Amino acid sequence: MMHISATVNGTHRMGEVEPRLLLVHWLRENLGLVGTPIGCDTSNCGACTVLLDGQSVKSCNMLAVQADGSNITTIQGLGPEGEMGTIQKAFKECHGLQCGYCTPGMVTAAADLLAENPDPTEEEIREGLHGNLCRCTGYHNIVKSVQLAAAEMRGAK
Amino acid sequence: MIPSAFDYVRAGTVDEAVAALVAGGEDAKVLGGGQSLIPVLRLRLNNPSLIVDVSTVDEMRSIVDEGSSLLIGAAVTTDAVMKDAGVQADIPLLAITAATVADRAIRHRGTFGGSCAHADPAGDLPTVAQALDAEFVIAGPGGRRTVAAKDFFLDFFTTAVGPDEVLVAVRVPKLGAGWGVNYQKFQRTAQAWAIVGVAAAVKTEGGTITGARIALTNMGATPIRASSVEAALIGGPATIEAIKAASASAADGTKPTSDTHATADFRSHLARVHTARAVAKAAGI
Repeated sequence: MMHISATVNGTHRMGEVEPRLLLVHWLRENLGLVGTPIGCDTSNCGACTVLLDGQSVKSCNMLAVQADGSNITTIQGLGPEGEMGTIQKAFKECHGLQCGYCTPGMVTAAADLLAENPDPTEEEIREGLHGNLCRCTGYHNIVKSVQLAAAEMRGAK
Repeated sequence: MIPSAFDYVRAGTVDEAVAALVAGGEDAKVLGGGQSLIPVLRLRLNNPSLIVDVSTVDEMRSIVDEGSSLLIGAAVTTDAVMKDAGVQADIPLLAITAATVADRAIRHRGTFGGSCAHADPAGDLPTVAQALDAEFVIAGPGGRRTVAAKDFFLDFFTTAVGPDEVLVAVRVPKLGAGWGVNYQKFQRTAQAWAIVGVAAAVKTEGGTITGARIALTNMGATPIRASSVEAALIGGPATIEAIKAASASAADGTKPTSDTHATADFRSHLARVHTARAVAKAAGI
C-alpha cells in the first residue's frame, strides 16, 4: 500500500492505496465523489475528466499514486458548496445534456478550455472538447452551453 | 477493468529508475504519462510485476536549448512540447504535429518521449522524430548511449530501449531558416489514430526545393522516411505538378498492413495523396 495525499475540491484528503488503484476509483470509492463517472475502458470517452493542478486529465487514465501531492477539482468542486458553477448553469440553460452521463466530463473539459481561451470560436470549442464523447448526439447544445458560459465568465470579469 | 496487482517505484532520478528496472527484471515496465500504458494495464493486455514511474524525474521534465538542437526530456508532456516557444520557433513540425495528438486531456499527461518509446506504428510523434533525424538518449546499467532515430524504431512497439534501460531525452535538430512544415493525418473520426500520416519539412529558395524531409506514419511497423520522394523533390521546382510527380513514389518500399480500417492498397494510395498535400502545404503552395 502507498500513502497519498492531495487537495480535492479544496479539502485536504489522504489515504492508503494499492498502486494499481486508478485515480477515478480513489475519487469515487474512497472519497465518495461519485459525480465523476466511468464511461469507458479505453481512455476515449472523457466522462471521468477532472482538473489536476488546473489541467484536464482523464482520471481513469492515471494511477491514484500519480496524483500524490496534487490539487484536484472534480465536477463537484466547480461551483460554490451545494450550488452550480457558471458552466453548469449554462449547460442547464442551453439544455446541454440529454442522458447526462458525459456531462461531468464535458463541463470539466470546458472549464479547462475556457481557462486557456476565454473567448473560443465554435470550431475551437469543438476541437477543445473532442476528447469527450456524447452518445446522445447532443454536441450542438453542448457547444451553445460553452459559448454562453464563456460570455457569462467574460462579463463577470 | 482494474489492472492486475503490481509493485510500484516512484523514481527520483534516472539512476534510481535504472536500478529499479535492473532489480525488477524483464517484467518491469517504465511508466511516464501513462496515456498508452495505463489502457494496456486496464485491458490486461500486459501484466508487469513492477511499474517504475519516471513522470516526476526532474531531469526528464525540461527542454534544454543546445544551440543547434533542443534536448527534450522524455517526461515533458505533449501539451508542454506544443506550447514551448523554442519548439514553436525552431522545430515547428514537432509543435504542429503534437497539437494533432489525441485530445487536450491526453496531451496534458502523455509525453513526446513516451510516445516514441511506446512506438505504436500509428503514433504521430515518432514520425516527426524520424523525419528530423532526432537522437535518443538512453540510460542503462552501463551508462548512457545515444541512438539515431533510424536505429531506434525496430519493429511494432519495439525500440532500441532495453528492458533495463530508460529513455531520458530526445535531441531534435533545429530546422533553421527557410523551412516550411506540415503534418497530414488521415483518420476516421476526430480522435482516432492515423490510418496514414505524413510529416513534411520543405526548404524552398527562389521557387526551387532545396531541402526535403518526409516521413510516414502507419505505413509499416515503424515510421518510414520517404527517401525516394525527398530525392525526387530536391533540386526541382516548387510546383504542384512536380510535387505530385515526386509523391508518386511515397509508398515504394513500405509495408502497410491491411485491417478493418483500410487495406494495404488504400494505405499506399493515401500515402501518395497525403505526401503531395503535406509537401505542397509545407512549400506554401
